[in-house]
Amino acid sequence: MKFLRQFAARIVGQSIRIFARAITAVRADWKGIEPVPRQRVYFANHTSNADMPMIWSVLPPSMRRTVRPVAAADYWLKNKVRAFVGPEVFNCVLVDRRPEVKDKPMDKIIAALDEGSSLIIFPEGNRNMTDDPLLPFKAGLYNMGVARPDVDLVPTWVANLTEIMPKGEIIPLPLICTVTFGEPIHVREGESKDDFLKRASNALLAQRPEVRT
Amino acid sequence: MTDTMTDILLLTIGSFGILIALTFVGEVLRAREEPGFVNPVLDTYMTRVQSWWGMVAFVGFALIMGRIGVMVLFAFASFAALRDFLTLTTKAQADHLSLALAFFAVLPLQYVFVGLGWDGLYAIFIPVYAFLLLPIVSALRGNPDRFLMRVAETQWALMIAVFCVSHVPALMNLEIDGYGDRSLLLVAFMVMVVQFGDLLEYFFGRRIGRRKIAPGLSPKTWEGLLCGVGCAMLIGALLSWITPFGVFGAMAMAGVASLVGMFGSLVVASIKRDRGVKDWSHLIPGQGGFVDQLDSVIFAAPIFYHLTKYFYT
Repeated sequence: MKFLRQFAARIVGQSIRIFARAITAVRADWKGIEPVPRQRVYFANHTSNADMPMIWSVLPPSMRRTVRPVAAADYWLKNKVRAFVGPEVFNCVLVDRRPEVKDKPMDKIIAALDEGSSLIIFPEGNRNMTDDPLLPFKAGLYNMGVARPDVDLVPTWVANLTEIMPKGEIIPLPLICTVTFGEPIHVREGESKDDFLKRASNALLAQRPEVRT
Repeated sequence: MTDTMTDILLLTIGSFGILIALTFVGEVLRAREEPGFVNPVLDTYMTRVQSWWGMVAFVGFALIMGRIGVMVLFAFASFAALRDFLTLTTKAQADHLSLALAFFAVLPLQYVFVGLGWDGLYAIFIPVYAFLLLPIVSALRGNPDRFLMRVAETQWALMIAVFCVSHVPALMNLEIDGYGDRSLLLVAFMVMVVQFGDLLEYFFGRRIGRRKIAPGLSPKTWEGLLCGVGCAMLIGALLSWITPFGVFGAMAMAGVASLVGMFGSLVVASIKRDRGVKDWSHLIPGQGGFVDQLDSVIFAAPIFYHLTKYFYT
C-alpha cells in the first residue's frame, strides 16, 4: 500500500511538471547559482497558488528529491486530495500558523534543514494581492539564516504568473513563466533583523526580469 | 506507395543525409580540439545541428502522416509562437478575455478553416474578424490605459503567429492543374528553400559580408543576402521536380520566398530590439524560441501562398 502511494505520488508529480511545462513553458534562469544539489533555502515572491509548483517543476530531478516546500497546514490538509498532493507529492513541510498550537513552525523548519533538505519558502507570509511587487517579509527567513548560517538563502523570482492568472479570472493564459535564481545571501554578523529582511527583499526584487513595455 | 509519398521519403532521407554530414563535420572538428578546450563557436554549431535533427524529424514525420500531420504540427508551432509573442506584448487585466480568446478560439478556428479548405474565410478571419472583435472584448472591460498599444500588439501577435504560420499548411489546399494531390510537397519545398537560404546567408555573411543592411539592428549584410537568395534559387532549381513550377518558375518562387523571409527576419529583429530581448524564448536549444526559428518562413508563407495561387491555379 505504501509502495502504491509512493508510485501514485511520483505519477502525479510528473504530470504536474509536464502540465506546467506544456502550458507555461516554465523555465529556469540560473543567474546566481548552479543547478547542483546543495542545501539551500529558496525564498520566492508569492502571487499565486501556482508559484510553488512552478519552482518545483524547474528544479532538476536530483534537486527536486531533496527540496521541501514550506506550506500552510490549513491549506494543504483541507481535503483528501490536497492532503495527498501537499505532503506526499511535494513532500511539504506543513506548518500551522495559528499562535495557539504547540509545535512551532520554526522548529519544524529547522528540523527539516537538519535532515539535509533544501526548502522553498515564501517570506511574505501570504499571497501578494496588491500592486506592489513584494509585501514586507516576515521574520522567518531571518530566523533560519541565524539558526543555520551555513545554508545558502537563494532569492527566487517567479515571473508572469500574475498575467497568466490574474485574480478573479477563470481561464489561465499560456504565457511563458520564468523562474530566476539569484546569488545566495547570508545573515551578516551583527546585522539586525530589519536590515537583513530589507536586504533580502531587495535581492529578490533584483531578480525581476526586465521587459520594456 | 504513392508517388507523393516516395518523394517525401526521398526528401526526408536526403535531409537526414545532410544532417549526418553536418554532424560528422562537427564531431571531427571536436575530436581535433585540444583536450579540455571548448570552442564556443563549435558548441553553438553543434547545438544548432541537434535542433535541426529534431526539426527535420518532426517535419518529415508530419509530412509522412500527410495532411493531418502537417496541420497538427503547424497548429502547435502557432501555439508556441503566439505564446512567445504574447509573453512580451503590452497587456492589462482588461485584455485577459480577449487574450484567452486569441489562444483558445481564434487559433483553433483558423486551423479548422484551413483544414476544411475554406480559403475565403481563413484569408480574412484574423485580418477582419479577429481585428474587429477582440478590441471590442477588451473595450467592454473599460480600461483605456494604453489601449491602442494593447490591441495593436495583440493583433500583430495573431497575424504573425497564427495567420502567417497557418499559410504553410494552407499550401496543401491549392488545387493546381496536373499536380493532383502533390500539393503536400509545396510545404516541403517552401520550408526547405527558405531555411537553407537562411543558413547559407548566415554562412556567407560571416565569410564575405561587409556592408550591413541595417546597422545597429542586425549583423545581416548585403553580400550574405545576395548569396543566400542565390543559393535558395539554386536549391529551388534542384528541387523543381517536386513542384508544378518548372525549373525557372521554381527558381523565381524560391528567390522571392527567400528574399521576403530574410527581410522578415529583420522585422522580427526590430521587434526583439524594441523589447530588449535577444530571443523570444528558450524552447529550442541554440535557436531561441519558435518565432526566432520560423521568422523567415512566417513572412514567406502568405506571399508564397498567394503568388502560387495567382500564377498556378
